[in-house]
Amino acid sequence: MSSQIGIYSLYIALIISVFLIFQFTFLNKGTTKNLDSRIFSLISVQFLMVIISFFSLIYAFIISDFSNETVYNNSHTTKPLFYKISGTWGNHEGSLLLWLLVLIIFLFIFFIHSKKLSNKYRLLTVLFQEIIILGFLLFILFTSNPFSNLFPIPKEGNGLNPILQDPALAIHPPVLYLGYVGTSIIFSSSLAALITGLINKVWASHIKKWVVISWIFLSIGIMLGSIWAYYELGWGGFWFWDPVENVSLMPWFCLTALLHTIIVLEKRNTFHSWAIILSVTTFSLSMSGTFLVRSGILNSIHTFANDPSRGIFILCFLFFLIFSAIFIFFIYQKNISKNLYKPYLVSKETSILINNLFMMFFLSVVLVGTIYPIFLEVINDSKISVGPPFYQKLITPFLIPFLFFMAVGPNIKWIKDRISKINIQQLIFFIIFILLSCLFLKKNGALYLFVLPLIGSGFFLLFLTIKDFFLKSSHLSQKLAHFGFSLFMLSVLFNGILAKEYSSNMKVGDERIFMNKIIKFENLKVVQGHNYQSLIGEFKIIDQKNVLNFKPQIRVYDQPKTITSEADILTTIYSDNFLVFNVLKNDGYYNVRYQNKPFMIWIWLSVALMSFGGILSFIKKNG
Amino acid sequence: MVRNIKFIISVFLGLVIFFILLNALEKTNNYSPNKISNKIETNFTARLLYKNKEVSLEELIKDQHLSIINIWASWCLPCREEHSYLLNLNSINNINIIGINYKDNEVNAKKFLKELGNPYSKILLDPDGINSIELGAYGVPETFLLDTKSKKIIKKYIGPLDDIKFEEIVKIIKNEKI
Repeated sequence: MSSQIGIYSLYIALIISVFLIFQFTFLNKGTTKNLDSRIFSLISVQFLMVIISFFSLIYAFIISDFSNETVYNNSHTTKPLFYKISGTWGNHEGSLLLWLLVLIIFLFIFFIHSKKLSNKYRLLTVLFQEIIILGFLLFILFTSNPFSNLFPIPKEGNGLNPILQDPALAIHPPVLYLGYVGTSIIFSSSLAALITGLINKVWASHIKKWVVISWIFLSIGIMLGSIWAYYELGWGGFWFWDPVENVSLMPWFCLTALLHTIIVLEKRNTFHSWAIILSVTTFSLSMSGTFLVRSGILNSIHTFANDPSRGIFILCFLFFLIFSAIFIFFIYQKNISKNLYKPYLVSKETSILINNLFMMFFLSVVLVGTIYPIFLEVINDSKISVGPPFYQKLITPFLIPFLFFMAVGPNIKWIKDRISKINIQQLIFFIIFILLSCLFLKKNGALYLFVLPLIGSGFFLLFLTIKDFFLKSSHLSQKLAHFGFSLFMLSVLFNGILAKEYSSNMKVGDERIFMNKIIKFENLKVVQGHNYQSLIGEFKIIDQKNVLNFKPQIRVYDQPKTITSEADILTTIYSDNFLVFNVLKNDGYYNVRYQNKPFMIWIWLSVALMSFGGILSFIKKNG
Repeated sequence: MVRNIKFIISVFLGLVIFFILLNALEKTNNYSPNKISNKIETNFTARLLYKNKEVSLEELIKDQHLSIINIWASWCLPCREEHSYLLNLNSINNINIIGINYKDNEVNAKKFLKELGNPYSKILLDPDGINSIELGAYGVPETFLLDTKSKKIIKKYIGPLDDIKFEEIVKIIKNEKI
């Protein structure tokens, strides 16, 4: 029953979408007042319909209605309620419905909050947004219907992959989608602003809020995915340069560049075309992310069930949007005010341009690494795979000047400043920090070519942002975000350099000595969980000072039958102690792997801090 | 004029990317080898893990009656699970097991074997995964039981070995020996 409600409300939403788009062809100036309220009511109804549809899918998951194919494929009666609900968007069909829901929620909020702006601009934004909504509705209804029926009705479902049964992953897709979809509003509104010739300071300050919101959600979404990879996959890393991870990182680079450009547009009224190009690119990248993940072109641990017809649909839709954007851009380019403004070499504008250049560079590295293997295969029929070393080698050296400019840039004034602002004092600090990190690295015995200046410049940024905290009280959000970034870079670096690992085969009662520590395998218990059986090992690691107790698990899930290793991670503010064990043979021996990961928690905290900087700028008017 | 050129270039570039991606969509189907026959091609060469030498798979299996080909990688968790079965097969039944190390890092692969034991008589490296795909593998781990004379796959196991599959293999080996 709920499936029927769900599908029919989607059809109603489709009809409304077509009707709304049709309305715009009769856009008359005389009837705008009337039109406004009519559009509002139509959007509200559409909004309601999609919500009904989404909740009926959730309901089908909660009551385990296996007549629904999506529920049958992804759920099971013994699954905890929380994961039944999160299973709604843990699959292809459901996640698209979620995407649609977020699209409409954002359109709704946009419509309410833009009453002050010109009517034509608003209506055009709604038009573009409705085209995107229509595309997704068609995609959902005709290639990936979440409500298709199964007959005869199965007694039991296939279950959700246990690896996906994790709290971080349950909220990761919705948060990431909020970020992705936020960029769709930026796309629509920038095109609408271009057509109506509205690209100016007012528009910039209006759209800045959307940029900041998308940026916050995208950052947090990426972080949650990375937390999941760290805790659940048990490989001890947090970023693998996996194509699917890269795909979420690309819009982030673009959005970060846009975030800075839009501030220039707001304050100084320049960089108009660049802001438009960035807005369009950001959304295109978010969409191509969906395309690459859903079409199965990429080979990755994340890939979902694939169907070539889906890929072709998203590809055509994506390029339809991109080409329309290109056409609109070139047709209405004359609307962009000819502001032949040349920024001075030492000015905030230049420093933001430098930021943009770096962002574009990082973006192209990741883009090439992700897309190039696909292109090469088509053109040349040769298969290559691009791994972490590629990204690390290309990105690391450029982070050094990037961090330096990030530290110096914010203190430079708008329009024109004296070169002595980047004065000797700062340069001396820079050199001092490089020397300090040199000493530090000598002590720890790790010497790589780029690590040294990288740590130096990381500390430089950290120090300067802290200094600015006390000197000036304005731009708090920017300082917080930059401070968070320096913290992030430093913790990633230390995490990489100082990590220690030890692994050995042990049985109950064994003791091993390594790095002045003793590891003891004390006990093994079998415990029955809700939908799994778990083998809990009890380990002790004895230091000179303290004793650490670990209880890692090996879980055997019933539905589908899967074995997962749950690492036990003891987190302190200095380091994470990570212990995981695996079954070897049935002779009582287990493979035990212990890792010490310094400053792990700071990676998450620093990203949270950056996002908090974003939130602050959203709350405060002059952030 | 300049604007026109820019426009044409961006549209052209867009079209090129579009068609490449469209092609890539069809290409992905080529990834799963559509081999209906149960024969495999064994005369490809690859480098051995512990020796710096190129050998063909043909050479490694030619003086055996039956061989097991196991595709594995150190990064693959199920490979850890099934490893004990391979060790058992090797020790109990003394069968020739050829490992194909799929898209792996050599240091990690050696570490993996040092940790868990080495059931393989020889290991071929397949850093880009092409040979495994050519053999008809879907993923790691995968195990083929091969009749060496006719190059026919007697049994193909996708995914890690377990008790049932293990018994089956042992049964086949015993039957063949008699």
